[in-house]
Amino acid sequence: MARNLKMRIWRGDADNGALQDVTVEANEGEVVLDVIHRVQATQMGDLAVRWNCKAGKCGSCSMEINGKPRLACMTQVASYGDEETITVTPLRAFPVIKDLVTDVSFNYRKAMEIPSYEPPANLKPGEARMEQIDVERSQEFRKCIECFLCQDTCHVIRDHEENKKSFAGPRFFIRIAELDMHPLDILKNRKQKAQEEHGLGMCNITKCCTEVCPEHIRITDNAIIPMKERVVDVKYDPVRWLGTKIRKREGIV
Amino acid sequence: MSGVFSPTRAKIKERTLRTDKWWLQPAITFGVLISFVIYATFRAFENKYYFVEPLISPFYSPCLSTSCIEGSSLLGQPFNNEYFGIGISPSLFILIFPLGFRMTCYYYRKAYYRAFWMSPPACAVAEPHTKYTGETRAPLILQNGHRWFFYFGLIFNVLLTYDAILAFRNAEGNWGHLSVGTLVLLLNATLLWLYSMSCHTCRHTLGGRLKHFSKHPVRYKLWSWVSVLNHKHPTFAWISLFGVAFADIYVRAVASGAWTNFYFF
Repeated sequence: MARNLKMRIWRGDADNGALQDVTVEANEGEVVLDVIHRVQATQMGDLAVRWNCKAGKCGSCSMEINGKPRLACMTQVASYGDEETITVTPLRAFPVIKDLVTDVSFNYRKAMEIPSYEPPANLKPGEARMEQIDVERSQEFRKCIECFLCQDTCHVIRDHEENKKSFAGPRFFIRIAELDMHPLDILKNRKQKAQEEHGLGMCNITKCCTEVCPEHIRITDNAIIPMKERVVDVKYDPVRWLGTKIRKREGIV
Repeated sequence: MSGVFSPTRAKIKERTLRTDKWWLQPAITFGVLISFVIYATFRAFENKYYFVEPLISPFYSPCLSTSCIEGSSLLGQPFNNEYFGIGISPSLFILIFPLGFRMTCYYYRKAYYRAFWMSPPACAVAEPHTKYTGETRAPLILQNGHRWFFYFGLIFNVLLTYDAILAFRNAEGNWGHLSVGTLVLLLNATLLWLYSMSCHTCRHTLGGRLKHFSKHPVRYKLWSWVSVLNHKHPTFAWISLFGVAFADIYVRAVASGAWTNFYFF
C-alpha cells in the first residue's frame, strides 16, 4: 500500500549544503534507494546518488539514514514508523562531492599500503594447496563488499581527520588479518606493520564497525582482536619472544 | 574544526542525526559499572564480614594478610596488616588481579570507552574529544597486558573453585553438607570460568595464533569450542560481575548475622 513518506535529503557540495524537505510516494516493499530514485525522477532531477546492484552486494549506495551508516538498497522503508521522517545524508567521514556522493578514495590509498599476499618463492602457479580448516577463517573476511560503512562509522577517522594519515581502518584490518592467517603467506613482520604503520593500536575496539557491517563480518572479534593479540605476541610478550628464540614457534613471524 | 565538522565534509551542524535512544545503552552501562565500583570499593575497605565458616567472600580470597580472620587464609599470610603505619585491608593485596583482568578485557574496554570516556558514546555519534591516540601511548598501551591478567585470573578461578568445594562442609568443618552458600560460591566460580574461557585472549592462546589448524587438530578443536563461548563473552562478562557481587553480598549478610546460611543437608 502506497504512503506519503516525509524525507529530509542533504543537498550540497564541499562548500555548502543543507537538508531539504521532500514528500514522496513510497510503495509496499520498497527500500530507501527506491524512494530516493523516485525523488530524483520526479522532484530533484540533479540529485547525485551513487548506486549499482540494488542487491546489497556492490557496496555503492552507502549513506547515512537517520544518522546510521547503512546501504540504502538494504534499508526497508517499512522499518520506519508511518509518521517518521527519514533523514538521508552522505557518509560523514569522507569529503563530500555532491549531495549523497562522497569521495572514498582514502580507502583505495590505504588498500595500496597493505603489503600483498606473498607465497613461498618455490610455489609455482597451480601448485598452492590448502586445507579447508586453514582457510575458513579468512573466507569470512572475503565477504567484504567494500561499502566502507565500517570506515565511515569508525570514530578514529570519523571524529579525527588528522588520524587518516596513520590509520588504515577496520576494512583493512580484516585484509591484514586475512593475510596474516593465510596458511601460505610468508611475509614477515605483518603484525609489526599492522601496529606501527597501519595504526592497529589506535583502535579501541568499540565495535561500531561490526555493528554496521551489512555482511555481518565479525570484524572486531575475528579480525581486529586476533590481530591485537598477535601484535602482543611479537611486541609486548617477552615470554613468547624468548620462546621464539629457543624454539621456532608457528605464527610468530 | 575536526571530525564530522571538517571543512571537506557535508555541512551538517548536528553531532548526530540518530533518532533512536542511542544514549540508553551507555547510560545503563555507566550506571551498572559505577554501582559495582562503589560497592566493591566499600567492601574492599570495609575489612570485615568477609568470612564465616565455611564461606569466604570472593573479594577477600585468597586472604593473605596477618589481619585475616582465622581459618580464612588458604595460602598463608605473607603480608602484614599495615605498612608505614597505615592499616591495609586484605582485599587490597589481591584486588588488582581480578580488577586488572576486567579493566583490560576487550569487552569491558568497549563498554567503558563508550559509557565513561565517550570515545565514542555510540556509533556515529561524534565524540567530544579534540585529540585521539587510542591505545598507542601510556597509560592505554598497558591494555596490551590483558593476557597476564588472564593468566592470574585463572589462578583466582582455581582458588575460588576450591573455596566452593570447601563450602561442602558445615560450620564445624565436617564434609558432606550443602547449603545455599555452597550453591552461591559454586555459581560464582562457574560464571568466572565461563567468563575466562570465553575470553579473546583464551581463544588466541588455545589456537587463534596458529596459521595451520590442520597441523594442530586438538588446538583447533579447543579453539572451535572457545569460539562458541566467545560469542557470549559480553553476557558472561556481565553475569559473572553480578555473580561476584552477589556472592560477596551473600557472604557479608551471613557473616554479619543478617541472614542465616540455610543447609539442605
